Amino acid sequence: MSLEEYKGVFIYAQQVDNELSSIAFELIGKAKELAADLNTDVTAVLLGKDVAGLTDELGAYGADKVIVVDDPELETYRTEPYAQALSAVINEYKPDIMLVGATAIGRDLGPTVSARVKTGLTADCTKLEIGNFPLEARPGVEQKSNQLLMTRPAFGGNTIATIACPDNRPQMATVRPGVMQRLPKDASHKAEVIKFNPTLEKNNKYVEIEEIVKAVGNVENIMDAKVLVSGGRGVGSEENFAMLRDLADCFKGGMVSCSRAVVENGWLAQDYQVGQTGKTVRPQIYFAIGISGAIQHVAGMEESDLIVAINKDEDAPIFDVADYGIVGDLKKIVPALTEALKAEKAK
Amino acid sequence: MNIVVCIKQVPDTAGGVKFNPDGTLDRASMLAIMNPDDKAGLEAALRIKDANPDTKVTVLTMGLPKADAVLREAMAMGADDAILVTDRVLGGADTWATSTTIAGALRNIDYDMIITGRQAIDGDTAQVGPQIAEHLNIPVISYAEDIKVEGKTVIVKRQYEDRYHILKAQMPVLVTALSELNEPRYMTPGGIFDAVDKEVTVWGRADLKDVDDSDLGLKGSPTKIAKASDKVPKGAGEKVHLDPTESVEYIMEKFKEKHII
Repeated sequence: MSLEEYKGVFIYAQQVDNELSSIAFELIGKAKELAADLNTDVTAVLLGKDVAGLTDELGAYGADKVIVVDDPELETYRTEPYAQALSAVINEYKPDIMLVGATAIGRDLGPTVSARVKTGLTADCTKLEIGNFPLEARPGVEQKSNQLLMTRPAFGGNTIATIACPDNRPQMATVRPGVMQRLPKDASHKAEVIKFNPTLEKNNKYVEIEEIVKAVGNVENIMDAKVLVSGGRGVGSEENFAMLRDLADCFKGGMVSCSRAVVENGWLAQDYQVGQTGKTVRPQIYFAIGISGAIQHVAGMEESDLIVAINKDEDAPIFDVADYGIVGDLKKIVPALTEALKAEKAK
Repeated sequence: MNIVVCIKQVPDTAGGVKFNPDGTLDRASMLAIMNPDDKAGLEAALRIKDANPDTKVTVLTMGLPKADAVLREAMAMGADDAILVTDRVLGGADTWATSTTIAGALRNIDYDMIITGRQAIDGDTAQVGPQIAEHLNIPVISYAEDIKVEGKTVIVKRQYEDRYHILKAQMPVLVTALSELNEPRYMTPGGIFDAVDKEVTVWGRADLKDVDDSDLGLKGSPTKIAKASDKVPKGAGEKVHLDPTESVEYIMEKFKEKHII
């Protein structure tokens, strides 16, 4: 099989409880750019049970085609039936590029499928582009054009590597949620829907779901916040987070988030953690309050439009990424800032 | 019951990141530790052994000869046996070639359950565990927060972003462990003493079963590094030392400039 037979940019359109995950739209947004460079189109792969109703939304966000595998075995995510279905799509439609979200589902499905179809997979990419591999022409080495160049952090965010998959297809990558931008919704944009029914084989790799327990209440998602007031160890206590909440409330779409140390101290739940082992955020304003700025934290917030840091340690590495850094006592500055913002609003 | 725990020696990126004067990462001076998710996986295996004394726990690693250190640490914690897979031809492997290698080693072992960490802190890929399971044609359960064993059935609490599933699988099965799973035990003085004397089995290329040369090492890796660089920090902005009132005035001024307020 020659590599040229593989065409098109495919994305895995993750759905949970028959609701599309935002990563699906983010992947389409990036896939459109890649497809434009390659002069091809974007196909979303939708797996599930009774999911036909979701295809319009994928079209509205830019998908040109949607391949739907609808099967009762795909009602709830399990590795084996999903891996069978996605592998069957890849073997039948031969995509050049296959993008998957780096979610708790995608980071299980991606590696399983890549091993099954025997291709490379680059994890947790933060940048994808089309280019040459090797990057520079070298005598005696074939330089291939139109390759997917996948950039990702490694060593806990201390290094970045750009990776290619020159000799296997599809070129597979998982992409962290919150990194790529979705396109504006256009309800008039329709995708061509292709129904595909591979026969799923029930084998030794099927596991049984005994119970599904969802997190209680509506957990607000810090990835949706326009303004994040993020606290670190320096905030000092769970009670002191009230100050941060007051500041966040001054902004429409403001929320509180935190560093890993805060989660470890039990002051806030893990859902609010920003960073390498937490979430990647890019709000319009990111307040880093009492956060020293370990590289693992910075990896999750450095793409924010504006970063304001308040820390009493003038050598804190957070000041290296902050647009505005204030060396001082957060317990005095934060309440005073809240008052000033309220006064400004009242004008 | 036979449990094999796959562990990796990694640089301690969390605690001891050091830079050379030219700004590049000083890998040589960083501490080499047992990867945290793997250690939680080992602890889970040892707890199963505590409850079922007829359990044998084998630890396996692929790496340089110095990775022997994490195997001895694992034995000092209570693992019965240790295997080091090391060979020059295995160097430069990506996750595909690594999982192919480890699967080749595991085919020599009688196992009921394989436990790996979810991911290693040097690469953070979370790929090798599921890929080993795929090569061995056994079920995988990733992101385990809890592992229970009832006869030949493994019951796992599988974490997702907003929920968990309780999954049931029949052995043999591969489970990837989260560091939240437990608090790993310390090595015991007696354990350390014994671990020094214990034999570590060393396997090379010739000991891998049903594996092609073309699937190993750098040559057998579908992914290739085009460029690697130590991260260049984003340029710093302004940093001011002001009293609290002036600080607030300063921020408000900046917000007005940027039309935020």
